[in-house]
Formats: sequence, C-alpha cells, structure tokens
Amino acid sequence: MTDSTLLHASVSHLRQLLKDRAVSSEELTEACLKQINATNEALNAIITVCPEQALESARAADSQLAKGESKSLTGIPLLHKDIFCTRGVRTTCGSRMLEQFVPAYDATVVSKMKAEGVVMLGKCNMDEFAMGSSNETSFFGTVKNPWDLSCVPGGSSGGSAAALATGMAPLVTGTDTGGSIRQPASLCGVTGLKPTYGRVSRLGIIAFASSLDQAGPMARTAEDCALALTAMAGMDDGDSTSANLPVPDFHGALNPNLQGLRIGLPREYFNDDLNADVRARVMAALSELEKAGASLIDIDLPHSHYAIATYYVIAPAEASANLARYDGVRFGYRCEQPSDLEDLYLRSRSEGFGEEVQRRILVGTYALSAGFYDAYFNKAQQVRRVITEDFRRAFEQVDVIAGPSAPGVAFPFGAKQQDPIAMYMEDIYTLAVNLAGLPGLSTPAGLINGMPVGLQLIGKPFDEQTILNAAHRLQIDTDWHTARPNLEAITS
Amino acid sequence: MNWEIVMGLEVHLQLATQSKIFSGSSVQFGAAPNEQADAVDLGMPGMLPVLNEEAVRYAVKFGLGIGARIGDRSVFDRKNYFYPDLPKGYQVSQFFAPIVCEGMFEVPLEDGTLFPIRITRAHLEEDAGKSVHDLFQQETGIDLNRAGTPLLEIVTEPDFRSAEQAVAYLKALHSLVTYLGISDGNMSEGSMRCDINISLREKGSETLGTRTEIKNVNSFRFVERAIYSEYERQADILESGGTITQETRLYDAEQNVTRSMRSKEVANDYRYFPEPDLLPIVIDSDYIEAVRATLPELPGAKRTRFTSAYGLSEYDAALIVPNHAMADYFESVVQLCEAPKPAANWILGDLSGALNRNDVGVEESPITPERLAGLIVRIEDGTLSSKLAKQVFDAMWEGEGDTDEVIAARGLKQVSDSSELEAMVDEVIANSPDQVAQYLAADEAKRKKLSGFFVGQIMKASKGQANPQMLNALLLEKLQNQS
Amino acid sequence: MSVSPQDVEKVALLARLTISESDLPEVTERFARVLGLVDELNTIDTQDVVPMSNPHDMEQRLRPDAVTRSNEREALMASAPVQEQGYFLVPKVID
Repeated sequence: MTDSTLLHASVSHLRQLLKDRAVSSEELTEACLKQINATNEALNAIITVCPEQALESARAADSQLAKGESKSLTGIPLLHKDIFCTRGVRTTCGSRMLEQFVPAYDATVVSKMKAEGVVMLGKCNMDEFAMGSSNETSFFGTVKNPWDLSCVPGGSSGGSAAALATGMAPLVTGTDTGGSIRQPASLCGVTGLKPTYGRVSRLGIIAFASSLDQAGPMARTAEDCALALTAMAGMDDGDSTSANLPVPDFHGALNPNLQGLRIGLPREYFNDDLNADVRARVMAALSELEKAGASLIDIDLPHSHYAIATYYVIAPAEASANLARYDGVRFGYRCEQPSDLEDLYLRSRSEGFGEEVQRRILVGTYALSAGFYDAYFNKAQQVRRVITEDFRRAFEQVDVIAGPSAPGVAFPFGAKQQDPIAMYMEDIYTLAVNLAGLPGLSTPAGLINGMPVGLQLIGKPFDEQTILNAAHRLQIDTDWHTARPNLEAITS
Repeated sequence: MNWEIVMGLEVHLQLATQSKIFSGSSVQFGAAPNEQADAVDLGMPGMLPVLNEEAVRYAVKFGLGIGARIGDRSVFDRKNYFYPDLPKGYQVSQFFAPIVCEGMFEVPLEDGTLFPIRITRAHLEEDAGKSVHDLFQQETGIDLNRAGTPLLEIVTEPDFRSAEQAVAYLKALHSLVTYLGISDGNMSEGSMRCDINISLREKGSETLGTRTEIKNVNSFRFVERAIYSEYERQADILESGGTITQETRLYDAEQNVTRSMRSKEVANDYRYFPEPDLLPIVIDSDYIEAVRATLPELPGAKRTRFTSAYGLSEYDAALIVPNHAMADYFESVVQLCEAPKPAANWILGDLSGALNRNDVGVEESPITPERLAGLIVRIEDGTLSSKLAKQVFDAMWEGEGDTDEVIAARGLKQVSDSSELEAMVDEVIANSPDQVAQYLAADEAKRKKLSGFFVGQIMKASKGQANPQMLNALLLEKLQNQS
Repeated sequence: MSVSPQDVEKVALLARLTISESDLPEVTERFARVLGLVDELNTIDTQDVVPMSNPHDMEQRLRPDAVTRSNEREALMASAPVQEQGYFLVPKVID
C-alpha cells in the first residue's frame, strides 16, 4: 500500500485495515508524521507535534489490536485543535497568552477519544481564542489553504481543516462557536460537524463564548464524522450544560435512504445576496438529494438577518468575561517587571492578546456595561429567542434545513482583515445555528475555479443522525468529498 | 446637629458544606496555601462549575428559617471585576434572581422585645481567595484555598438605627444559622463576615444620606466600634459643612478608625450577566416541603416555649436560647431534675462563669447535664445548702465525681436530722447564758439580730452543714422556751 | 450609537486593556463599525420576549457534596509565572 493511499483513506477504511493487520497503527502514525514533516512548513497547520508520544500510543494500539481488544478508534491518528486542553502537552489556543501553557488535565473530549484508542499526533493551529474566520489572528502565524497557498483556510478551526485536507491525519477535532468547524470545512473541502449544543462536553475546552461553543469532528466522510461523534459525545457531570441524553451509535444507525426526507431551503439564504457560483454548487448538491428521494421545500427564517448582530453582542460579551482570567497571575503570559498590580493586568493582557481578541473583549465589555446592558446584551438575548423560534417553526414543516456553509470560496490573505464586518460576514449562514444550539454540518459540494464549496445541512436539536444520513447519501452518490488539493507544490 | 444613623447590613455566611460550591475541593479551614484549590478554583482554562446540592439546600433552609419566599427559578450571574484573589476575573453570584427573596427577621433585643428587620434577599455565591500582604517584601501572596467556598450573602433593608440593633441582629442571625446547622458562624475564622452600609441624616428627615460601606468586620465588638467610629467621622464631616464620599472603607481595629480602601478606588462597573456555564436552579414545592420537614425548632419558637412551658423569664430565655448547645443542655438538665428555674440559674450563673473562665463551650463542659441535674436534686431535697452546693459544683468541675460522690467523699451532707440539730442547739444555749439573757431582754427587732450569734456558733459546730431552715426554726423555739 | 475615543478608553480600562494613543483613532473607528452592526438590533420589536441565555430549557444539575479533589498544588502551579512558598505572587497590593 502506498503512503498516499493510506494518507487519504477514510477512518472507516483505516479501521478495517488495522483490524485486518494490513497496516499497523505504528506504520500509519509514521506515515502521518512524515506527511506533517513534509507539508506543515508550507501550511503552518500544526502548532505542536508530539511524535514520541504518538508512536508510543500507536504501539500500544497495535498490541491491543493484536489481542483483538480494539475500541471504536483504536490506532487511528488524530490531531486536536489547540483549544482542547491536553495533559502534559502545550495548549496555546493560538495565543501568545498561552504560548507556554501546559495543562495538568485533559479535556473530556480528549480523554474520551483516548479511551476509544486514538493516537494523538499533535495540536492544530487556529484563530486566537477561536476568534476569526480566516486563521489570520493566530499568534503562531496564518495557516495556508492547501488548495491555494495564497488563500485562507477559513477559521477558526483552519489548522484542523488544512491538516485533514493534506493527509496529515485522517481525523481532526474542531470547535464551532459561530461557524468555526463548518466554514473551514467548506473552504478546505472536508466534512465538518458541529453537534447540538450540549451534545459534547465543553469541559477542558478553552472557552470563547460558553453558550455557543461546541466541539465536533472534521473528517473525510460523513461516515467518519458519525464514528467520531459517538466517541466524543455524552453527558459529562463536569459540564452543567451537557445534555443528559444517551449517545446513539450514529455510525451504526447511518441510513442512506432519504425517501420522504423534507429539506427546507430558507428564502433568506437563497436570496439575491447569494453568490451565483455558490448557489449553483449548493443547488447541484441539493438536486442530488432530491434525486435520492428527498423533497425540497421553500421555508422562511424571517429573522435570519439579525443573527449576525445578535451574535456579535452575545459572543463578545461572554468572551469578555471568559477571558478575564488571563491576568498574568496563575498561568499564561505575564509582562516583564510590572510596576504595580494595574500595570501587571494592563500590560499582560495587552501584550498577551492579539488585536481581534482585544476588539471583541472591548465590544463585549461595552455591551455589558452600565447603561448599555438592556440595549445590547438583554436585547440580543431576546432576539436570540426570536431566531430560535424561527427554526422551531420551520422544523414543524421540514426535517433538515439546507444552505451554503459560507458565502464564497477561500479568499486571499488580508482581503478582509482590515474590515472586521466583512470578516464577520463569512459566518452569515452559520451563526444562527449556534444561537439556536442546533446541529450543523458542512459537506463538500464541488469546486468553483478549483476551490471547494460546502453545503450546509442543519438538523433539529439532537438529531445529528438525519443530517449525517443526508450527507452520507450525498457522498455515496457523488465524489465531491474525495477531491483533493494538489500537494506537489506544498510538499517539501 | 442631631444625627440619625441609618444602616443596612450585608452578611457573608460561609456554608458548612464539605466541598466547595462549584468544585470537589475541601473547604476545611487552615490548609497550607493553595493546597485546597483545584483547577476549577484556580479558574484554569477550560474549567467549568458544577453546583453543590448541599449549598442549595442550606440556602433554602435559611430562607424557610426567616419565612422568606424561595425563588422557584433562581439564576447565577457573573459579577465582573479584576482582583488577584478573584481567579476568573468574575465572581459567580446571583444578581437578577436570588434563591432567597424577601423575608422578615425578628431580632430579640435585651429587654425581651422583638425588633423586625426586613431581609431584602439572600443569594448564593462563591468566596474569593486571600491576599497575604506581610509575608513577602515586594509582593502580595495569593492563596486561593478559600476561593469557591460557598457563601450565602444576606442583605437587609436599611432598617438599623443603632449599633446595638446591628449587633443584636448579628447575634440573632448567628444563633439562627447555627440552629439551622448551615454554618458554624465563626466570625474569627471568617465564616461570618459583615459589611455595614452606613449613612447619617438629620433626625426627622426622610431622605437617606450618602452612605459608605465598611467591609469585612469580623467580630460583634468590632461591628459596634466600627459603627461608632464611622458615625463620628461622618458627623464631623457633615457638621463642618462637608459632604460624604460614597466609598468602601475598612475598619482598622488597632487604631479604631475606618479608612478608605485604595484597592477599590477604580470605579467599578460589575457588568452582571447570566452565567452561561450554569443553568437555572429550579425549586419546586415538593423540594421546599422536604427541606421544611428537616427544620429544627428555631430560636424564636424555642424562646416562647421556654417561657411558657418552663416559666423562664424573657430575660433568661433570651440568654439561654441563642446558644443552641446551651438550650439543649438546659433541656437535658430540666428533664432530669424537673426544676427549670434553678437549672436556668445554675447554667447562667456558675456554669457560664466557669465555662467562660476556662474558655470552653457548653458542649465540652466537664459537668454534664446529668451531674448538674443531680446537684439540683440534692438542693431541692434539702441535702445541700446553696453554700455546700457551690462547693460540690466546684468539685464536680474539677472532676471529683457526681454530686453524691462528692458529698460522700467530702462529708458535705447537710445536717437535717432534728435530734442531732437539737443537741447542738441545746449545747450552744447552755454554754452562752449571757447571750441568752441579752436575747430575752431585747425587743422583737433586736432579737433577730442577736440570733445571728447562735446560728454562727451552731454552724461552726456543724462545720457548716446544719440545714439553715431547720436550724432557725429550732433555735427560735428553744430560745423562746428559755423565758 | 456613536462612540468616542474616550468611551473606548473607559471600556478598555474596565477590561484592563491598554490602547496606545496612536492606535486609539483606528480602534475607535473599528469599534464603532462593530457597534453600528449590532445597532440593527434596535429595529426589531422584542417586547415580552424572554431573554435566552442557553439554547436548551434545561435545569441545573446538582453535584453531591463530597470532597473529590486532593492537593494538586504542584501540578497546577507548574504553570504559574511567579510563585513562592506555595503562593502566587503579584506586585504589592495595598488595601
């Protein structure tokens, strides 16, 4: 078997190969590490690689496989977004603030996946504190889009998406607060799933906006996402907001039969503002689903327009408090020679946080401050309910809601950096899903001028299964998800 | 000018749980720095709070104890400010929807009257850590062991008009929470800390003056002194035509002054908003009734019962009841000796004196309720005079056994045998012809005085053990017979 | 809602962030643009709408009152920038 076949195989396929002892986890892990070595310099997708640790767990996985004691992901190499705390492995959140931070604990997602036998290769680059849609805010430098090195990979889980697209690992994790899994998945041509809020524990994930953050898998297929979701999900006593619901075997329950599936197309998404090329790709994907037995129904999400304003009050407000703990006292960056306590605070935070993070902290602080709470924060929380009600009503008519994952394909570096609003618009189709706490998925829908586009599928609360089924069927009927960037230019 | 003082109190009560409000760390007092602070308490990245059920139960218990309305859906909020002992940069507290809503607390004053204080609210929150200023030359040390200890903050309306009322409230509150078993109320260890909001206004005025807040006063005595000193300070300013600055002040017990807190100088805007890491606490009537069923008899009810069932004075009841252990001690004694008034007298007199002198609580009294009851029985049945009883009490305190054992060992039994007494009286009369003559010659008023001589002689002969009542009766009769 | 450089400085102080004099105009301008975006919220009627803090109508779960953590000081303080004798250190604070 060639390395290239191995590096672009799905997790489902690799599971079989490992089980059949056609390949060992150690060989697979070595191939991934080699690929990281060869491509990461060009892509900057990974902040920390842990080869020794990875090989050690690969060998442990191999001995388990030999004994026939394997779990659902035994021996599968994986990269975590650098927002998941990993015990003994530096966890930076893409920030100078945490450049040297080595947690003494694993995030629940990390320990659950460890228990399922994954081999952690390292930690992926990301927008600083997950605040960004282009991976340009990372303290560790921008991640390049493997389809075009002059373009952004999307964000904030851009490192994860780029690493996955180039075969550095068959499975990666991300987090999604306003589109941070779905948008980079779309821009890098991979499948990414943001589960229902509460489906996956947030414990040990560095918080951005607590009521919106949700972790999920990114993989080459919907089938792999189903496998990974079951491994990641579940009630956690350590997270009060995690849902006390049983975790289905999403993989085992995958059903490509879409007969009778009702897919809603919000008029507010498919309006004149939608880029014509994107619309064409999204409609092409939807007609495949229609061919498979689904019906397409026009629906209304009348308050969609307000999602962005609502989001840009709530997320920064929560973030302004979540990021107050970075004060240079107990962990993280501390300025040199503080003259007094205030100086310690002011300089540690101003030197430790990047520009976008500071802007969001300022906006959030403002929205909560005396005299503005009602006009901004409380108002946004009210509109949040209005937006959520729109979805609830729409789901009385349809089973799935579909739309683009992003307004366009990957854009060149710097194109939107001077204008925060233009950047925020990148998440115009994804933000509302976080506000309503719904599951959302991006699956490849073909290319525009050689750059990938994603179809977004949105499900009812805790009904990840239905959107996984639809994406799975699409991936049976089309080969868009198998399109790969040309790595020759990248590989050193 | 005649000033009226107006005060409201905020009491921070540490709840007597085993673990912290949002983490599984111990809340025990006195551990080495930061050894009882886990990743949640330190506000480490990615850590999340999970609420301690006992903290909720204790808060509800308190609410029921003051007859307050319990919030059926209370919510935690973040209170945002920077301070090194506040690890997350926000305190998880309850601002918009507290767990305990408005209630009324009746505070017994020394004269036995009740003084009603309106409770605005009581809410759950997490305690902060401690700053240590004197250990390092250039730096302040931060110990986060206390961070996350469950607190109930009890807020009153501005209903206090004197330091005495404020202290009476705090004492009654201390009594209530120890009865409820929700806090040890130990002020010196910081389990109960008091902030005083204090303003002055001209007597008769209806508008409130500008207030200052005196933070963290940690004893009843200091509360009183802090109020007096702040009153003086504000009155001086107002009388010299100045204005009061609304600010946070600290009471310096050594200098007996309050001074402005520099660390609170930066104007605060706490930016409260609902804590997204926690969900609403929903409390239904079943839960409330289940908690209500566990409530003990509370101090107010107990005072009433002690006066009506045992015939205690309001004054005695008000002294015994606030200390739960003492009230229990009293009832144990009464059950055994069936003499409530002597029991109260002994407990409030000799026993309290001895306990205070030796700085021990009534729970650890070397004289058990059984032994005190035994002593009272021997007084009531005439075996011991009050003078002998005190000797027995002292002996029991020193561990010389129970009353009967002490009596036997020391031969302290009161002589109540009439023939034995008669013999003594006869002998003294026979040996004192002059005094007898003097006695017989005197009028009624003088006779009483002169009889003292005979009593003294007989007591001496009996080594103090003669039953005084019997002796008096016998002596009178014998002297009369001499004429 | 218009926002002045002074407003931005005030908010920055609350958030314990410094903005240099030279950056202030640009920070203010970008800040104002974000506020302009969120000002759209005022065009929607939300009377009687209950604010939504969390996506799901769930209740707080309660944890049994048990001590489950023991001393982890060494591991947790390993990431402290400055510490001595088990204390985190900050520049002298005067209360």
